[in-house]
Amino acid sequence: MSVGASVVLRVDDLATLITRLSELGYEVKGPVVRAGAIVSGALSGVGDLPKGVHDEQGPGEYRIAHGDDDHLFDWAVGPSGWKPEFFPPHDELWRARVGDGHVELVEIPDEPRPLAVVGARPCEAAALGVLDRVFIDGAHRDTRYVERRENAFVAVVECSSPAATCFCDSMSSGPNIEVGFDLALTELDDDDGHRFLARVGSVRALAALEGVAFVLASAVDFSARDAVLEGARRRMVRHLDVDGLAGVLARNLEHPRWAEVAERCLSCGNCTLVCPTCFCSDVRDATDLDGDVVRQRTWSSCFSVDHSYLHGGAVRPTTQSRYRQWMTHKLSSWWDQFDTTGCVGCGRCVAWCPVGIDLTEEAAAIVRFDGVTSVTRPSVRSHL
Amino acid sequence: MRSIDELVAAHPFAAGLNDEHLALVAGCAHNVSLDTDTMLCVEGASADMFYLLRRGHVSIEVHQAGRGPIVIETVGPGDAVGWSWLVPPYRWTFDARAIQPVGALAIDGACLRAKSLEDTTLGFALLSRVTQELLERLQATRVRLLDLYGEPRG
Amino acid sequence: MASATEFSVPRSALTPALYRVVARGRETADVVTLWLESLDGERLSFRSGQFNMLSALGVGEVAVSVSGSPSDPGPLRHTVRDVGAVTHALCSCDVGDVIGVRGPFGTDWGVTGNATPHDTVVVAGGIGLAPLRGAVEELAAAQREGAGRVFVLVGAREPDQMVFLDDLAEWEKAGVVVLITVDRPAPGWSGRVGLVTTLLANAGFDARHCRVLICGPEIMMRFTARALNELGVDLASIWVSLERNMQCGLGWCGHCQLGPLLLCRDGPVVNYLEASALMNERER
Repeated sequence: MSVGASVVLRVDDLATLITRLSELGYEVKGPVVRAGAIVSGALSGVGDLPKGVHDEQGPGEYRIAHGDDDHLFDWAVGPSGWKPEFFPPHDELWRARVGDGHVELVEIPDEPRPLAVVGARPCEAAALGVLDRVFIDGAHRDTRYVERRENAFVAVVECSSPAATCFCDSMSSGPNIEVGFDLALTELDDDDGHRFLARVGSVRALAALEGVAFVLASAVDFSARDAVLEGARRRMVRHLDVDGLAGVLARNLEHPRWAEVAERCLSCGNCTLVCPTCFCSDVRDATDLDGDVVRQRTWSSCFSVDHSYLHGGAVRPTTQSRYRQWMTHKLSSWWDQFDTTGCVGCGRCVAWCPVGIDLTEEAAAIVRFDGVTSVTRPSVRSHL
Repeated sequence: MRSIDELVAAHPFAAGLNDEHLALVAGCAHNVSLDTDTMLCVEGASADMFYLLRRGHVSIEVHQAGRGPIVIETVGPGDAVGWSWLVPPYRWTFDARAIQPVGALAIDGACLRAKSLEDTTLGFALLSRVTQELLERLQATRVRLLDLYGEPRG
Repeated sequence: MASATEFSVPRSALTPALYRVVARGRETADVVTLWLESLDGERLSFRSGQFNMLSALGVGEVAVSVSGSPSDPGPLRHTVRDVGAVTHALCSCDVGDVIGVRGPFGTDWGVTGNATPHDTVVVAGGIGLAPLRGAVEELAAAQREGAGRVFVLVGAREPDQMVFLDDLAEWEKAGVVVLITVDRPAPGWSGRVGLVTTLLANAGFDARHCRVLICGPEIMMRFTARALNELGVDLASIWVSLERNMQCGLGWCGHCQLGPLLLCRDGPVVNYLEASALMNERER
């Protein structure tokens, strides 16, 4: 067998794969149910996976429901993607002991066990690709991110049940996945039984499949996969027309819609926390009890006033300017900066917005009235 | 030696004036050389002249007892000094002092006002130019009011 | 005194090299120049207009342009204005103190190794002369070798807030046209009083064939560019140095975004054709 091959795994085989990954030294993580949501957690076997669990999502809404089926991946996305595993919310970079004219500075090592993700969604794999553009493909490589990323094993499970908030089809980041995985699984359940079509994307996956019982996939399995994906696409109710969108947003910075959305936006930053591509961070010093200096990197959000602080004040003091920054960055200036979209259509920002602001609706509203500007600028209204 | 007509025509203030208007302005102008510290304008005095600077710098000042002159701005070649000749009661509101040897065209304001009343197209042309000069100076003053360099930048 | 630096390999781009302050000079009441030498003897190679991230250990890190010239073999030179916690700590450094340095980062003035037969006009407001100082040194040297003329126009709030007075005198001696003006004169000031834009018209440069490098507060740069344009300078011949909240210098932290630009990567020096629209967009 070689990279590019496709096999069929039964649920028991999936269990063997998880064990095998663990034996290979990976810390195996996947979707688990905790606190009423599907989140990432340690996997010791298929029993930890959310069997029969489904999610219902809408603007400002997320809940899970338990069905009597035995499907493991019949849900869309939970609140936490896989970003924190590669780009930790809080990281300590180096430590310095400062004496009188004497400084000892030591990097704080970042040596987690290699991670195996079983059950990332195609949009989440696409999001990691977006982060790669930021942290790997630029002039400077973030060695901490690179190491976590290069050591990781990513098994993606294609989507059968998109939520009402999903629009990955519009962003070409789902429900299927064609590149950017070690193993791509599709959960199938038809006359041929409950099984997974598994496509091998890397040499690492070949190693992981050693000792796992499987049969080579047939045309029947691929037809079944097509049906699953077709069904997923048909059920996807949310869409974003990205054709020309970056340009429309870039030329509509004074559109009255920004003021309207700012009326509702709480500037809470939830969308940036759940977003799988948001990468902003603060770089700060702390002093610990020993008097050592610790340089820290912590996630930050463009919805905080501090984010744009420039000696004397913030460049974006209003909610309106901060929402505009976030949305135009995702859908427009990300292209200028990293030659890719900053949105993968996972819909988390829609579901986890406490007031249910819908990115796709906001973008469409601006497209609908392309060129309209406020007669007078309303942005002086402060939401501090 | 260039004629007064040529000197007026060469000054940026007169750029775009037609020959007829140039001749009218030149008819009210004479070429002057002023020593350092010569007062071109004195606060409260009759504003019967204005100056088109050709060389040297002039400071626009206000005098305060015990502090001497406070310089508000300096102007130089290509600039015009004085617009109080255009607006009643035709009195200077600031001092203007040559801070270097200055070469200028001194223009009789009363003479120009009379000609402008006769030929309103000349009046409009002059008013446009004075307004242009005023606008530039006002804008520069506004920016200075912001005290930009006082704002942190580092 | 013993000093130790230990690094895991490869050194992260977020880990600074340690430098010792070998000299310190006060430029104005709140501006200090630091001369820095690497503890491990490394020499930083940079181009005029680029910046470094300077760490006051325990206080934080801040982006500061290099104020030295790339051709100067001496210590690394930074001129810092005391405007916040980190810059205050840096300005308070004594000779012998150790700080962190990461860099160089960002775009440059395009002057280093790029002589032109045309005039170069340098317009600076206040501390804005610091990021331009190295460029002027290079331009003045190039002018001596037959390259285009150099004009340095500087505006400051008050005479005693004018930085690099000695340098300005040196440059003038070397044949650079140096014009300075202040917003508020002090007793004894016999020079120009007015906005830096008032220096432009009579400076004597060839507006049709020149390049202009501007650094100062954004408003000052906008007005200067507008005045230059009225004099016939093509906007594409104007470069400005822009500033946003730079926290990493690497394009990773997202704070220094200005629309399509990450200013630590695509700036600080930006051509005015691109910068003008961005500078006019409110709260961008």
